[in-house]
Amino acid sequence: MIAARRRFLRWVSRHEGSRGALLLGPGGAWLFAFFLLPILILLGYSFMPRGPYGGVESGFTLEHYRRFLDPLYLGILRRTVWLSFLCTIACLLLAFPTAYFIVRSGRRRNLLLFLAVLPFWTSSLVRTYAMIFLLRDSGLINRALMDLGLVHVPLRLLYTEGAVLAGLVYGALPFMILPIYASLEKLDPALLEAAEGLGARPWARFVRIVWPLTFPGVAVGSLLVFVPSLGSFVVPDLLGGARHMMIGNLIQNQFGPARNWPFGSAAAFAVMAFLMIAMLGVLRMTGGRAGTGDAR
Amino acid sequence: MPASAPEVPAVEFRGVTKRYGSTPAVRDLSFTVARGEFFSLLGPSGCGKTTTLRLLAGFESADDGEIRLFGEVVNQRRPYERDLAMVFQSYALFPHLSVERNVAFGLEQRKRPAREIRDRVRHALELVRLDPGVYAARQPSELSGGQRQRVALARALVLEPRVLLLDEPLGALDLKLRKEMQVELKALNQQLSVTFIHVTHDQEEALVMSDRLAVMDQAQIAQLGTPAEIYENPRTAFVADFIGEANFLEGRAARRQGGKAAGRQEEWWEVIGAAGAFAVPSSPAISEGGDVRIAIRPEWLDLWRPGSLPAGENGLPATVQDLIYLGETIHVRVALADGRAMIIALRNEGQLIKPLSWSRGDACVAGWLPEDCQVLEG
Repeated sequence: MIAARRRFLRWVSRHEGSRGALLLGPGGAWLFAFFLLPILILLGYSFMPRGPYGGVESGFTLEHYRRFLDPLYLGILRRTVWLSFLCTIACLLLAFPTAYFIVRSGRRRNLLLFLAVLPFWTSSLVRTYAMIFLLRDSGLINRALMDLGLVHVPLRLLYTEGAVLAGLVYGALPFMILPIYASLEKLDPALLEAAEGLGARPWARFVRIVWPLTFPGVAVGSLLVFVPSLGSFVVPDLLGGARHMMIGNLIQNQFGPARNWPFGSAAAFAVMAFLMIAMLGVLRMTGGRAGTGDAR
Repeated sequence: MPASAPEVPAVEFRGVTKRYGSTPAVRDLSFTVARGEFFSLLGPSGCGKTTTLRLLAGFESADDGEIRLFGEVVNQRRPYERDLAMVFQSYALFPHLSVERNVAFGLEQRKRPAREIRDRVRHALELVRLDPGVYAARQPSELSGGQRQRVALARALVLEPRVLLLDEPLGALDLKLRKEMQVELKALNQQLSVTFIHVTHDQEEALVMSDRLAVMDQAQIAQLGTPAEIYENPRTAFVADFIGEANFLEGRAARRQGGKAAGRQEEWWEVIGAAGAFAVPSSPAISEGGDVRIAIRPEWLDLWRPGSLPAGENGLPATVQDLIYLGETIHVRVALADGRAMIIALRNEGQLIKPLSWSRGDACVAGWLPEDCQVLEG
């Protein structure tokens, strides 16, 4: 056993390239088997005719992609992108001050960080159901408003776009707080004092020092919020109802009740293509700066 | 400005106190700094020197007392309304901006025209001896520690402040570079006639650069004066110990003598200590029968063979314990009769040509002129 181990180690040290293979191998194999392979299968499906009882038949067709261009589906895509965008902006506006406060709160930092990620300890499904209790006609908010005499008829809160947005923001907020926290923590407070001493008012300090130096964190956080929002289906399903479908619901529907796997696959790839084009656009716009923090 | 009569000091602290919680970081601090002076705040960490600088800069606000700049009370003013500039210990260069943009930052905030900014940035870089053609476009991460220091200096000087604050500016540099910058900073101070307030824990740095310095201890100024006054007349044991090296002797004042010592007619106290008796010049700190504490610098002492002590000199019998070779000087560590150690600095006249004739275990006398000692307060 020991001899085998020694022989193995000697082999590794003699073959430089093998070290990389050892480090990357397990993760790579996992991703290949459970990410790349299924995705390639789906890509294949999206170009194949639909079978009469679900599944696919052999052949090649662009029918599913053509179908996706229907205004009905494009409308869902537009709503999805719009909601995800709003969710990202809302998370950014909520997370930045929060992270800033946590960084500056000295010894309570760890406690506050812990509280920020505490929602992760319960399943997102449970949390979303909890929001239903809050938002429905006989829910906590409406009950309080009526008891206070502010409204006489319950407000329509549940099954609105606002409810979906609230749910998305709630679920995604920690993903924005953590990266911004990390980049704010690295920001040397002396830089802000130096800027103040040189005559920069608070807004100028934010625009010229804090924002550029924490932009990598903001970019990572935005990505972590925007991309999962695009694919979310539990939140719009429970809080939005049938009238506020997002692309995730459409895809889930095709793979589930509608039994139209090829169209579901095509919709998924259409979203992915959109995402890639959007990313390239953003990278082009920022001149590839996103993700490089300080130096150059 | 009406208050700009020449006698108005550049900086004045009047009874300034700053507390963090209940512990004062600075207690009832009062001092003035003249225009164009190079003034150092010196002390161990936690003595309040950095707080004093930050109070002056406007990054901290005083709980009590007045801070004046050129006669005007500035307690309520924001840092950028005080007409001063600061060089930070860590330099605090903006890592995402080029050298040029770093130096231009203050002028941009003041909305100066682009042309003026370009000219003044150029001039400031030349002032700190950085070639604008080579360095203007570089990022801070591409600079050495010394170059960063110069950029930080240029960024402060470009605003033509009336007072320049330096927070341990040379702390991160290696010894050779530090000595170079000491000379350069001093030269800039004289060339620009800007008042420099400098914080350091390095006593040598403070002695080399300052016109005057304040030694701080426990949130207060222990002593304020020129480098020579501080070094040669330290008032307390803390100052004597913190600046340079010092030997301390204690004893009881036995009797006053109006006698001749070292050929001069003066008043002396005879002090009886554990290691022997010695004469001490009269001082208000001494009273009959009271305790006396003196400090003697190692270079004020000399080493004699027993019995060869010149008349009029103080001498305490001792035994040579150690010879420490320091290059310029040789420190001889001796033990007095009561076991206390003393350091005596002898000039090194070349150990290869003319070696010291002392060796470990030799009986000797540690001698000094009575006026070559400092009577300490308290």
